[in-house]
Amino acid sequence: MNWSWFFRLGSPKWFYQTAGKWQPYVWGLTFIGLAVGSIWGLVYAPADYYQGESQRIMYIHVPAAYLSMMIYFVMAVTAAIGMVWRMKMAFMTSIACSPIGAAFTFLALVTGSLWGRPTWGTYWVFDARLTSELILLFLYIGHMALFHSIEDFKKADKAAAIIAMVGVVNLPIIHYSVEWWNSLHQPASLSKLEKPSIDSSMLWPLLIMIVSFKLFFVSVLLPNLRNIILWREKESSWVKEEVTNS
Amino acid sequence: MFILLLKRELTLSFRKKADFLNPVFFFLVVCTLFPLGISPESSFLRQIAPGVIWVTSLLAILLSLDSLYREDFEDGSLLQLMLSGASATSIVFAKATANWLVTGLPLILLSPLMAMMLNLEPDAYWILMISLVLGTPTMCFIAAIGMAITVGLKKGGLLLTLLVLPLYIPILLYATMAIQAYSMGMSANGQLALLAAALLLTLALAPWAAGAALKVSMSD
Repeated sequence: MNWSWFFRLGSPKWFYQTAGKWQPYVWGLTFIGLAVGSIWGLVYAPADYYQGESQRIMYIHVPAAYLSMMIYFVMAVTAAIGMVWRMKMAFMTSIACSPIGAAFTFLALVTGSLWGRPTWGTYWVFDARLTSELILLFLYIGHMALFHSIEDFKKADKAAAIIAMVGVVNLPIIHYSVEWWNSLHQPASLSKLEKPSIDSSMLWPLLIMIVSFKLFFVSVLLPNLRNIILWREKESSWVKEEVTNS
Repeated sequence: MFILLLKRELTLSFRKKADFLNPVFFFLVVCTLFPLGISPESSFLRQIAPGVIWVTSLLAILLSLDSLYREDFEDGSLLQLMLSGASATSIVFAKATANWLVTGLPLILLSPLMAMMLNLEPDAYWILMISLVLGTPTMCFIAAIGMAITVGLKKGGLLLTLLVLPLYIPILLYATMAIQAYSMGMSANGQLALLAAALLLTLALAPWAAGAALKVSMSD
């Protein structure tokens, strides 16, 4: 098998330039997806029979919650790749993930709380899903705080990578422990193995929103990563050329 | 090698009595504050007793870590230990074991006293103690990871709580669930088995993670 693409991914210069080329297209796709998904979900999709119009917040809440966990997973996997193969780019990706992940977690918590007010009658309960999402936010904050409190970024990379990996081992444990403890939140309506328990008129806009949120993550990640690359490689000749030419 | 390291940690702790008595007194004082701050009514205290004892022992363990790791780091003996050829994993393993013997064990022995003062049912004392026997070593080993990562930092203490406390949540939940289930007349075996599983998992993985973290912290 040809592994050269993998090694090229590890080169900050190549990544910086390629990401720069791709960036506008990813942004474009994100905007189209978000526009189609939100207009379909917020205007054309039917309102829920029991919950009425307030249910439409689902089209933001579910993708945000999904992303909050997916980004943590990406962060941990790239951290592991960085620790094993000592790839600079993997560490940088891992570091770039955590503020974005924390933002999505926060968004999921806020939208969930706004949705909870009309349907459950309260903004916050110490319920399984809510609590584990809150803990996820704490894990992200811990990861960021640790990274920023170490001066030497090479050392900070490794320390943050260890915490990201420890966190990913604990994440399912935390998830199930709170699940058995107390629950008010409805079970997931989407599952890869079973037929979804939600009508296709709501499913399609939801799926579009999930995909466009993923694209949105990539389109935020790329500029973030390029910034980190420029900062870390500021001594190298190609960055000096790049900065003086533009 | 492990025995040698463990002996060193224990001798050091017993020479500095304040270090190992402080967390214990902290546990006693904070447990006493709850009835004063909330309500001395016995039926109410019974409900919150498992949670109060568990949360305070958790904080007491966090408080006990500084002398084990940071002092060794500051006077250079941690670096000497690393250079001596002992693996980082075995150093952390010895430290976490010593931490449990010096702080965890006294907390377990004192917990029935606190349980009595907080008016827990006498039958539930055993479950409380078993849950602490299974839970405190897990906490010592998870704390070792956090401590190994933050040991070289100036303001590591606050960061340590931020890193470690979220990871303590499952243990806290299972333990208090076990005690509550038992006081309601149900079997607590399931929750205790989960606590035991958590202990085995941390014993198997945490020393390696902490060892790797220690190497990163000592790398310059």
